[in-house]
Amino acid sequence: MLRYALKRLTSLAVSLLIASVVIFVVVEIAPGDPASFMLGINAQPDTIAALRAELGLDVPKFQRYLDWVGGMLVGDFGTSYTYRTEVSGMIADRLWISLPLAIYALMISTLIAFPAGIIAASRRGRPADIGVMGATQLGVAIPNFWFAMLLVLLFAIKLRWFSAGGFPGWESPAEAIKALTLPAIALALPQAAILARVMRSSLIDILGEDFIRTARAKGLSRRQALWRHGLRNALIPVLTIIGLQFSFLIAGAIIIEQVFFLPGLGRLIFQAITQRDLIVVESVVMLLVFAVIIVNFMVDLAYAAVDPRLRART
Amino acid sequence: MTQAPALLEISNLSVEIRGKHILRDVSLSIGAGEIVALTGESGSGKSMTAFATMGLLPQIASARGGIALSGEPLLGQSEKRLCEIRGEQIGMIFQEPMTALNPVQTIGRQVTETIRIHTAMPQNKAEQRAAEVLTRVGLPPDAVPLGRYPHELSGGQRQRVVIAMAIALRPALLIADEPTTALDVTTQAQILDLLQKLVREDGMALMMITHDLAVVSDMADRIAVMNNGEIVEQGPTRTLFSEMRHPYTRALFEASTHKADLAEVDTDETLLSVHGVSRDYPVRRTGLFTPKRMFRAVKSVSFDINRGERVGLVGESGCGKSTLTRAILGLEPVQEGTITLDGQPVFSQGHPDLSVRRKIQVVFQDPYGSFNPRHRVERLITEPFYLLDSPPNGAERERAVAEALEAVGLNATDADKYIHAFSGGQRQRIAIARALIIKPEIIVFDEAVSALDVRVRAQILDLMAQLSRDYGLTYLFISHDLSVVRSITDRVLVMQAGEIVEQGETEQIFENPAHPYTQSLIAAAPQMPNYDPTSKGDRDASSNPN
Repeated sequence: MLRYALKRLTSLAVSLLIASVVIFVVVEIAPGDPASFMLGINAQPDTIAALRAELGLDVPKFQRYLDWVGGMLVGDFGTSYTYRTEVSGMIADRLWISLPLAIYALMISTLIAFPAGIIAASRRGRPADIGVMGATQLGVAIPNFWFAMLLVLLFAIKLRWFSAGGFPGWESPAEAIKALTLPAIALALPQAAILARVMRSSLIDILGEDFIRTARAKGLSRRQALWRHGLRNALIPVLTIIGLQFSFLIAGAIIIEQVFFLPGLGRLIFQAITQRDLIVVESVVMLLVFAVIIVNFMVDLAYAAVDPRLRART
Repeated sequence: MTQAPALLEISNLSVEIRGKHILRDVSLSIGAGEIVALTGESGSGKSMTAFATMGLLPQIASARGGIALSGEPLLGQSEKRLCEIRGEQIGMIFQEPMTALNPVQTIGRQVTETIRIHTAMPQNKAEQRAAEVLTRVGLPPDAVPLGRYPHELSGGQRQRVVIAMAIALRPALLIADEPTTALDVTTQAQILDLLQKLVREDGMALMMITHDLAVVSDMADRIAVMNNGEIVEQGPTRTLFSEMRHPYTRALFEASTHKADLAEVDTDETLLSVHGVSRDYPVRRTGLFTPKRMFRAVKSVSFDINRGERVGLVGESGCGKSTLTRAILGLEPVQEGTITLDGQPVFSQGHPDLSVRRKIQVVFQDPYGSFNPRHRVERLITEPFYLLDSPPNGAERERAVAEALEAVGLNATDADKYIHAFSGGQRQRIAIARALIIKPEIIVFDEAVSALDVRVRAQILDLMAQLSRDYGLTYLFISHDLSVVRSITDRVLVMQAGEIVEQGETEQIFENPAHPYTQSLIAAAPQMPNYDPTSKGDRDASSNPN
């Protein structure tokens, strides 16, 4: 198990290194010079050159890459071109919204998907299954921002249980969580629909396995066989999807952040791209890659915890 | 004949699924301490009878008739009561030891579970009991700890775990559904011995389901032969074999002992020559800096096959048969030695030589998995044309397809059908047609009849003999099944742990095996008894003193 973890950790480090190179190169070759963009189309060439020097854009690329990576290792993400503030501070503020939102949404989606998937699989072909499958069909088909607007209409405007948007900060955790609830639900519903379907089909496959029949021959009821022998085996594909979904939730909440006026990472990166704030773009993308890779690492560890065969294979 | 009071009493059991009769008026009784074999071909209803007894029929099935265990009716019994009976009064073991165990739980936990769900025994007592049961089935915890996972055990060991789970509570009835079909012969013999021992010691009743009459011929007290959901004949083993009143029983028996009529080989020209061949595989490294190690799967193997000869290659799983086959087919390079076909190497300059490859074709075991279901037969069997420089077109191609299909006993019109329209035996004929179509010199049969029912198997063996006569074909016949090899080959090679330990004329080897491994293989292989006066069974009588 330890060797498996070490091996995964090595591949994690290598992935991060490759990702940093790719991000740097892609952002560098993308058209649009930050200095000329910031100064507008009528700027004089020498003014632009001066700004370039000030922003550190005149240093050789390789040197800039090393500075960037070296800085990130000690938590220094550089200074934003547009806002002239520390990028690390900007990211930290946003992360305090995006990360809790992602975790919150994932919890909701798992809490919905697991029971729904299990009920559907164990009552395959019966009304409960048909109901769950119909609901998930809707959940997959409807875009989350539309859900978001429905939620606002119902809970914020009509019932006035929640505010329609904005974020009060973490001074009052209860208020903060309340502000994140509608966005989290809007994010979670489509994810839950997908996860429930994966859970259902994975469990149905497992329930057809020989060892479930063995379990029944021992004297376990259908239900006991499902809980004791089916569920853990069915988790592998479900974990894969959960990992992918979490990565998406951290980075992909941009539209939901827009609908609820949440100053999260998605909005930050969106603004940074439109303003050619390359250093912010690079840093946020790198951070997201880091998050995705870490999540995948944890999923790998979870696989090994679930399936002893993976531990043996190292 | 024992007249024990019937423990299990199945009377006029009929099962229907969506209006289709699966079982019809099945009546069978098994007394305590009695071994009753249920035999027949696939789809005959053997396993359905077992599942009906377990109360584990598919939910859409409807059953009529009666099943009683110690006088208590099982059919129509409440699910709650059935759960109590299963595992405690009836244990069941299955065909596939590889998949019958939960891969994510330790064997100790899985055996303990049987005990815990039926008794109020505390965890540590139950574990102790599980250890005792595992010891009883030949897996003492000091050799195979309870904390092992199924993937860490061999097939035979896994089957022992399944048996331990089934007998942990000393059930009155044990149902074994093809318990040894997936195992090697020597392992099979051990598992059969174990089952007999358990029956004797516990006075358990054993319902033994098998397609292989030879397996049960010297352990069953009674045999029931099933066909199309009905028991066509049943009786004490000895009586059944000597009388064989029903034509179906007779047909099964004859097919199991079938000997294909092979043409004489008249040349001694070498066709395939394997000389000093070794094949290594890298072993997964145990650590980052440990040196790379190699596993030698095939060790300096040498043999020749003459034109027109039918040569068998036998050995148990993991002996290197498949590795050697892949090397002969030119699919993988070898580390040492040479393989030549008609004097030319099968593998040259890092890739297989097409001009040589077209002379050798292969037929695999699985008649269901070896075809793409979305292609028509015509396309499936013309695949080897890719090996030709100028494959036939138009009418010539159609003629080749028709000829190949007719040669294997199918119709030219079958070319337009899809593979799902054919039975297992027909599919294997199509596989042979695919091998024949480019007129190879030699065909490799890799367990090609192992998945077939005995009667179909006999027909395919006859077809092989016929084709070898008509086309002067040479065969390399790879199998774990000694009786099949004996019936279709002139010469046999015995392989153990990567080496050919013995080779010689088939009858010679079977009559007088010289190598201890060959002796143990032949001793372990189940033999058909020789009760039937009409069968030419003199060889059985001389080699099977029991």
